[in-house]
Amino acid sequence: MRSRWSYVYFLFYLALGFVLLFLNNDVSKAVITLMNVIIVLVPLIGTIFGVMYFYNSKEFTELLLALPIKRSSIFTGQYLGVAGSLTLSLVMGLGIPFIVYGLFRSNAIWDFSLLLVVGAFLTLIFTALSFNIALSNENKIKGFGYAVLLWLFFAVIYDGLFLLSLIIFEDYPLDKYSLVATMLNPVDLSRTLILMKLDISALMGYTGAVFKSFFGTRSGLYISIFMLILWTLIPLYNLIRKANKKDF
Amino acid sequence: MIRIEDLHKKFGRNQVLSGTNLSIKSPGIYAVLGPNGSGKTTLIKCILGMVIPTSGEIEVEGKAVKENWKYRQEINYLPQIANFPGNLRVFELIAMIKDLRQKPSQDDVLVSSFGLAPYLNNKLASLSGGTRQKVNILLAFMFNSPLIILDEPTTGLDPAALISLKKLIQKEKSQGKTILITTHIMQFVEEMADTIIYLLEGKIYFKGTIKELKERTGENIFDRAIAKIATNFENV
Repeated sequence: MRSRWSYVYFLFYLALGFVLLFLNNDVSKAVITLMNVIIVLVPLIGTIFGVMYFYNSKEFTELLLALPIKRSSIFTGQYLGVAGSLTLSLVMGLGIPFIVYGLFRSNAIWDFSLLLVVGAFLTLIFTALSFNIALSNENKIKGFGYAVLLWLFFAVIYDGLFLLSLIIFEDYPLDKYSLVATMLNPVDLSRTLILMKLDISALMGYTGAVFKSFFGTRSGLYISIFMLILWTLIPLYNLIRKANKKDF
Repeated sequence: MIRIEDLHKKFGRNQVLSGTNLSIKSPGIYAVLGPNGSGKTTLIKCILGMVIPTSGEIEVEGKAVKENWKYRQEINYLPQIANFPGNLRVFELIAMIKDLRQKPSQDDVLVSSFGLAPYLNNKLASLSGGTRQKVNILLAFMFNSPLIILDEPTTGLDPAALISLKKLIQKEKSQGKTILITTHIMQFVEEMADTIIYLLEGKIYFKGTIKELKERTGENIFDRAIAKIATNFENV
C-alpha cells in the first residue's frame, strides 16, 4: 500500500494518545477514554480502509493473477498488508505516548496491553469482513454502502436490538443469553472484555456480576480471545474460499 | 502444448463457451478470431486460470490448469485492457514483475526498441493509451516462456511500434514458441498468423490455415473469407 493514509492514521493515534494523557493526567483514566474511542473507531477505519484498498488495487490484483502466483497467497498478502499496517499504526501511535508518559511505571500496563490486543483484533476482523464485502460486490458504491452498514450494525444497531430483546424477555432468566449475544458481536465482546478488566463492572449491577463471573476469570478471558480469533479466521477463510472460485 | 476439452462457461445466464474443443500441438502463431462477445477473451482467461470454467478440462504443457498455478510460469500474457496500478512508476512496475517471476528478462532490449526510456520515471497513471500499451507489451515479452498469449496487442499502437511488435512476434516464433493472438485487424492476421481459430457462439467454427479458409469459403480476399465464414459456413 505504501499509502500516506496509514501515516495519517498513525499520527492521529499519536496525537490522540498525547492529548488524552495530557487532559486526564493519569494513565488508567486515559485507558478508559481511549477504550471508547477504539471500540468505535477501529472497526470503522478497518472497514473503510479494507474496502477502499481492495477496490483501488483491483487492477493490480488482475495483473498478479496472470502471473505464476497462487491465488490464496495474492489475497492473504493483500489482507495482511492492509490489516498489518493498520495494526502497526494503532499499536505504535498509542504505544509511543503511553511509554513516554511512563506506562511501565504504572499499574495500568496490563489494561493497556489488553486494549491494544483488542484493537489489533478488531482491525483484523473488520478488515477481513470488508474484504469479503468488496470481493462479492463488483459495484464500488454498493460495496462501500454494505461496508458502512456492517460497521453501523455491529457498533450501534446490534446493541439496540440486544437491549430491545432484553426488555421484551425481561421475565426470563437472561444471563446465558446475554453472554452468548455478547460473544456474537466482536465490538461488544471487546468492550465487555476491557470493562471487566478495568474493574468498573460494579457499575453494571446484577448483569455486571454475571459478566464478571465469566469475563473476569482466566477461562473467560481465554474463551473471549478464542472467540476473537474465530472472528478473524472465519472471514479470512471465507475470503480465500470465495477468491478461489471467482472469475476475473 | 494446449489441450482444451469440452469447455463450458456460464456467466450467470449468459452462456459464453459451450463445448469448446481445441488442441494446439505444434509451435507457431495462432490467431483466435470471432465477432465481439464470441468468447475469445473468456477462452484465454480460462487458459490462464483467471476465469474458472463451469465444466471441461484444460491442459497446458501436459499439466491440468484446474487448481494449479505453477504452469503459469510457462505463459506470458498480454491483457486486453492495460490496467496498471497508477501510483507506480514504470521502472518500479518492471522491477516488481521481475522480482515476482524470478526469471532472466530482456527488458533493456525492449525498452529501447519501443522507445520507452524517457517514460521510465513517469507514473503509470500519467501515460497515454499507446504508451501504456507499449509497457503492456514490454511486460508480456520480457521473459522467455514457451507460450505467449496476446489479447488485442495492436490497440493504440503507432505504426513504428506496430512494426517493432511484428518483428518481436516473428522473432519469438523463430525460437519455436507458441503464440496465441486475438485481434480484429485482419491485415495483421493475414500477415502474421499460421493458423486461424474461428470462434462463434462459444464453439470453434473453423481451425486451419489461411489457405484452407480461402479454399473452403471460395473467397480469395481474406477479410471477405472471414466475414463469410460466420454467415454461410454450413453451406460450404
